[in-house]
Amino acid sequence: MDERRLPSIFEEFSDARKAGFLRAKEVKDRGGKIAGTFCTFTPNEIFDAAGIYTVSLCGTSDETVAAAEADLPKNLCPLIKSSYGFAVSDKCPYTYFADLIVGETTCDGKKKMYELLGRLKDVYVMQLPQAVDRHYAKDQWVAELRLLIEALEKRFGITITEEALRRACEERNRQRQAKTALMELQKQTPPPAFARDLYAVMDSSNFSFNQAASTQAIEEAVRKIQAAYDDGERPVPASCKRILVTGCPIGGVLDKTVGAIESSGGVVVCLENCGGIKPTRLMVDTNRPNILEAIAERYLGIGCAVMAPNLHRMELLRQLTEEFQVEGIVEVVLQACHPYSVERYQVRELSRKLGIPYLCVETDFSRSDLGQLSTRLSAFLEML
Amino acid sequence: MKYRIGIDVGSTSTKAVVLDRDRAILHRLLQPTGWSSVDAAERVRTALEEWGVPLEDSAVVATGYGRISVPYADKAVTEITCHARGAAFLHGAPRLMIIDIGGQDTKLICTEGGQVQDFVMNDKCSAGTGRFLEIMANTLSLRPEELCALARRGGGVSISSMCTVFAESEVISLIGSGRPREDIAFAVMDSIVKKVCSQAQQIRTQDTAVCLTGGLCGVEPFCAALSKALGVPVAHCDDGRYAGAIGAALCAESI
Repeated sequence: MDERRLPSIFEEFSDARKAGFLRAKEVKDRGGKIAGTFCTFTPNEIFDAAGIYTVSLCGTSDETVAAAEADLPKNLCPLIKSSYGFAVSDKCPYTYFADLIVGETTCDGKKKMYELLGRLKDVYVMQLPQAVDRHYAKDQWVAELRLLIEALEKRFGITITEEALRRACEERNRQRQAKTALMELQKQTPPPAFARDLYAVMDSSNFSFNQAASTQAIEEAVRKIQAAYDDGERPVPASCKRILVTGCPIGGVLDKTVGAIESSGGVVVCLENCGGIKPTRLMVDTNRPNILEAIAERYLGIGCAVMAPNLHRMELLRQLTEEFQVEGIVEVVLQACHPYSVERYQVRELSRKLGIPYLCVETDFSRSDLGQLSTRLSAFLEML
Repeated sequence: MKYRIGIDVGSTSTKAVVLDRDRAILHRLLQPTGWSSVDAAERVRTALEEWGVPLEDSAVVATGYGRISVPYADKAVTEITCHARGAAFLHGAPRLMIIDIGGQDTKLICTEGGQVQDFVMNDKCSAGTGRFLEIMANTLSLRPEELCALARRGGGVSISSMCTVFAESEVISLIGSGRPREDIAFAVMDSIVKKVCSQAQQIRTQDTAVCLTGGLCGVEPFCAALSKALGVPVAHCDDGRYAGAIGAALCAESI
């Protein structure tokens, strides 16, 4: 198969999707390699050092769920179904043009989905340790990083040098700092922006073929937003209740959760989800003699519900509620996500201890619960 | 403003009340919502004219799922907040858990001094709602209140499915196997009571009085079954159906 050819249904696509395909095709035409990724645990710096572009394949739309249900059970996380659906229906440019898809064992549903995806694409799965308090967790993740490096070197006939790796870590750290600065603008009272707009800035780097430019764009956005705020612009009324959103990845339900909160008298001052601040404050310590250990430590600090116990998330939530002067916590759980839906117990307990009202909503990528969800979120805001 | 009007456009019925400045209920209206919540709101407007309650002398708050379909309302407030205020007004307990069994959702709301402290709602599913009861009653050729009355004499059967569609086939199988109608009615009512109890576990705190609002509050056998299952008396009153509308009218005081 000529991998640079556009899919047969290309003409049916919207202009935005066509543009995405053409952009990815252009990268391939100049000999670029693309790795599709799903998760914040993907060690981006290894791909950067290898000169391979990473693009997020995390499905966020209901559009391809039906196609996925031909192979996957109905009662499964919508993110997993959407991602798989995009792959089988040739509708995602990055899945379509990916030379390699990299997944991590961040939940059982994804793990088993990768097996099926492996029939269609070249899939590489990293085995993530799930007990960060074990002494061998770091060694295990370092070993996985080494295996990934070897696999990439062999697959693409390249050498990943330590020097390139260190440089990549510095670049990624700079981007994390920029993202943190963007999120932390919201500490101000009133905050200078609505989170639905900030999320778009955060998310853009996940689809960029120039990470340095992407970092600069985020830094520029931070400067512009702050300058406008300093000039007296107040897009968010001071009466808006300050909400922290936590839980599952939120890209596919952004409008019906964050959007609904922000059109009912609230403002999301902090997104603790993995597309938000959860991973951005963690840096790779580039002064460490063993760079792989430094990378491993950084990733194992991510408070994902797949970890048991998930101590980092509870600690981070405690800090964030204080730093961002949070008045209400909204947890968003995607249907059939066992780790997050069980862990809501601990988050609710923490909220009670902190004396901050808590609401949990369970949803998927469909439109069927728009009305009910907006009623619940509005009622929660009325209650504050 | 001379009048405070609360309009609760629910999925099954539309309720409206008019309060005066002393919070006395001057008028009540209860009618089926029908397919269009806009039409339902228009019928309320006609009733207001007939009662001689001019809109220009009134503050109007709309609630319920059709709250955005009332063009002459000054404000829309969610049914959670309105039920809390309305039920606290009707029952007067400082700490109150409100069980509202509505057409398409069942809500449990914990309040202190009429302010919402916490609430739970059924997710995306009609199990334990008024609609569930209506469908099951229909299968048994009964009205919902008749089903609850009959249920008192039955027992020994349970419906295990929480899904309305599957539960209906379960009821049909029970009918087919020749179970007496009162036993099946018992199973239907019991499944709603159990669903409510399971939701209550999620939020109920100690020393909280409990009341029932919504369409079932006038159905004595249902209230009795609920009281028994929860182990506390479940307060209810005739105006319980209007709790949302009354709460909306109380919210109109601040306009």
